[in-house]
Amino acid sequence: MYRYDSYDQSIVDTRVEEFRDQTQRRLAGQLTEDQFKPLRLMNGLYLQLHAYMLRVAIPYGTLSGKQMRKLGEIAAKYDKGYGHFTTRQNLQYNWIKLADAPEILAELATVEMHAIQTSGNCIRNISSDQYAGVAADEVADPRPWAELLRQWSTFHPEFTYLPRKFKIAVIASEEDRSAMKLHDIGLKLVKRDGQIGAEVYAGGGMGRTPMVAPQISDFVPEDEIISYLEACLRVYNRYGRRDNKYKARIKILVHELGVDEYKRQVEEEFAHMRILGLNPPTEELNRIRPFFANPAYEQGLSDDLDRSDPAFALWADRQVAAHKQPGYAIVNISLKPRGGIPGDASAEQIELAAELAENYSFDELRVTHAQNLVLPHVKKADLYTIWQKLDAAGLAEANLDLITDIIACPGLDYCSLANARSIPLAQKLSERFASIEQQKDLGELKVKISGCINACGHHHAGHIGVLGVDRKGVENFQLSLGGSGAEDAAVGQITGPGFSEDGVVDAIEKVTDLYLAQREEGERFLDTYRRLGMKPFKEAIYG
Amino acid sequence: MVEFLSFREGEATQEPAVTVESFTGQSNSTAVRIEAGEDARELLPYLDRLSLVEVNFPAFGDGRGYSAARILREAGYAGELRAVGDVLVDQLVAMRRCGFDSFRPDKALDDDAAERALNRYADVYQKTVDGRRPVWAKRHPENVNG
Repeated sequence: MYRYDSYDQSIVDTRVEEFRDQTQRRLAGQLTEDQFKPLRLMNGLYLQLHAYMLRVAIPYGTLSGKQMRKLGEIAAKYDKGYGHFTTRQNLQYNWIKLADAPEILAELATVEMHAIQTSGNCIRNISSDQYAGVAADEVADPRPWAELLRQWSTFHPEFTYLPRKFKIAVIASEEDRSAMKLHDIGLKLVKRDGQIGAEVYAGGGMGRTPMVAPQISDFVPEDEIISYLEACLRVYNRYGRRDNKYKARIKILVHELGVDEYKRQVEEEFAHMRILGLNPPTEELNRIRPFFANPAYEQGLSDDLDRSDPAFALWADRQVAAHKQPGYAIVNISLKPRGGIPGDASAEQIELAAELAENYSFDELRVTHAQNLVLPHVKKADLYTIWQKLDAAGLAEANLDLITDIIACPGLDYCSLANARSIPLAQKLSERFASIEQQKDLGELKVKISGCINACGHHHAGHIGVLGVDRKGVENFQLSLGGSGAEDAAVGQITGPGFSEDGVVDAIEKVTDLYLAQREEGERFLDTYRRLGMKPFKEAIYG
Repeated sequence: MVEFLSFREGEATQEPAVTVESFTGQSNSTAVRIEAGEDARELLPYLDRLSLVEVNFPAFGDGRGYSAARILREAGYAGELRAVGDVLVDQLVAMRRCGFDSFRPDKALDDDAAERALNRYADVYQKTVDGRRPVWAKRHPENVNG
C-alpha cells in the first residue's frame, strides 16, 4: 500500500480547507449555486435527485483496512448507512448534506483519502487491475505507475478544463480485468528486451458513441510515460470538440482525425515535450515501488482445502481465484446478493470487509470495476473462517461472473441524468435467475445495465447489455448482445425494439435458452453468440 | 476589487492587441490576441518582436488557453502573457502555472480571494513553465537538476 509523505498529506489537507472555505461561502450566500457548482464538482460533489452525492476516489481500487473502516464510519454517520461501489472502483454516498461535506473530506484526509477529480472535465481517478500484484500473468504490479499518474494528474494545470472528462486505466496482464480499451487512454505495461514500457491505447469509451480504443504506440519506455501522456492530452485539449458535449470525448477526436493522424500529432508533440524534463526521475518510481512489494507471505503452506461442507465448496469454487503464492488465494466478495442493489454495501458490511482485510489479507482490499470487493492475499487455511463470516453478513453469494453478477448504474432511483430505473431491473433479473445450479449451467455471462445513454452501467460491454430509455414518458429497455470489456473488447449490438421492465427479463431468458440449446462444448454465451451471430437470437426474442 | 493583476516588473504593455491573422500578415504590432481555437504556434517565428500576448478565455471551462500559454513559454517567449475574458479566482493558480503573468478578467476579482488562492498550495506535482519545483524534484534533489 502506498503511504502519503508530508507533501502528499499537505496537498490533500489543503484541499479540505479550500473546500471548507468554498462551502462556507456558499452556505453564507456569498456564492450562487451557479458559481459554486464547478467548485463542488471538482471535488466529486453532485446534486442528485434527492440529495447531494459525494464520490470518493479509491486510487486504482486499492484500500487498507483502516481506509475501508473509515468509509464505513462515514456511511453510518453521514449517509443512510450505505456506500455504493462504482464501475470506476470508487465509492459514492447518495445521501449527503452539503454542510457535512467538508467534514467528510477532513475525515477522509486522516486516512490518506480524498475526492479530488472524481468529477469535472479533468483527468479522473486512475483505475487498474483488481488482481494487481497477485496475478500470475502480470509483467509487473501496475500500481506504482498508477500512483505516479495519480500524482501527476492531481491539479494538473494544463488539463483541468479539458473538453470532457478523461479516464485512464493501467494494467500489466494479458487478461484485461479493467476494461482498459474502453478508457480514454489505456496503458498496458509490457516488457521489451528486459525494459518495462507501455502499450498505449487512445480513444476508447462508452456513452452514446461506444468505441474500442485503437493502439497508438506499441512501446513507450517507462521513464517517458508522463511526457507521452502530456502529448496525448495536449493534442486533445487543443483540438477536442467543445461545441457539443456529446462529441467532446477524445474518442470522437481520434475517430474524426483518424487514428494515424491523431498518432502523428501526438508523436510531433511528444518529440517536443520529451526534452522538457517533465518526467520524474527513475528514483521516484523506485521510491513508490516498495510500497507495493509482496507482503511477508508464509512459506511452505499447503494448497489443500477441506471441501466437506458443500455450501462452502460451492462458494470457494466460484469466488476464489488462483494466487501466485503457494498456499494463498484471492477471495472475491460478491456485492450482488439475490434481490439486492449491485455495488451497495451497508456500513456493517464495509466494517466486516475492513476487519477481514486486517486479520486475513495483510491489511489490503481491492474494489473491482464490476462493483465487487477482493481480499487479495488470503491463506487457503483461512478460507473457511472467512466464508462463515461473510455468510453471516449476507456477503457469501457465489456468483462471480455469472448472470446475477450484474453491473448496474444508480439509475433513476438516484441519478438526475437517468431515464430509467436500473436497480429494480437488476433485482428482478437476480430473482429470475436465482437458482445457482441454473447460473452455473449458464456459465460466464456478464450482464450490464445503464439507466441512460451515458452508459455508466457499461451496457455496451455486456455480453448481455440493457439500456434504459424514456419513450414518451414510459421507461423502455433496449437489449444488446455480444459486448465485452475484456481483452477481446467489443461493443454489443442492439437486438431490436425495446421492452418493458418485465419484457426485457423475459427476452433475456429467451436469449439464454437459445444459448443452452445451441452451445457447443466449452462455449461461453459470448462464444456462441459470436459463432451464430445476431439472427437466431433475434428470432428467438421477437419471432 | 482588482481589474488588472500583474506579476511582472514595471509597467504593463498598453498597446492594443491585434488578431493573430492581422499580426502574422504584415502588422508592425508588438501585441497580439489569441482566441480559443487559434494555434499559438503560428506566433513562434515572431516571439522576439512580441511584448504582449493576450489569450482569451470565452468561458472559464474552455481550457484551450492553458495549452496556448504553455506552448509559448516552452518556446522561450519571455514577454507579457495575459489571460483575458472569463477569468475567475479559482483559475488563477493553474494559469500562473501555465505561464500567464498578467490578468484582465471581464469581471473584477476580489483581491483577498485572489491572494488566498495564489498562496494556498505550497507544493505542486508537475513540472511546468513557472519554475516551481515539483514534489518529485524535492524528494530527489540529488537526481534532479535545477
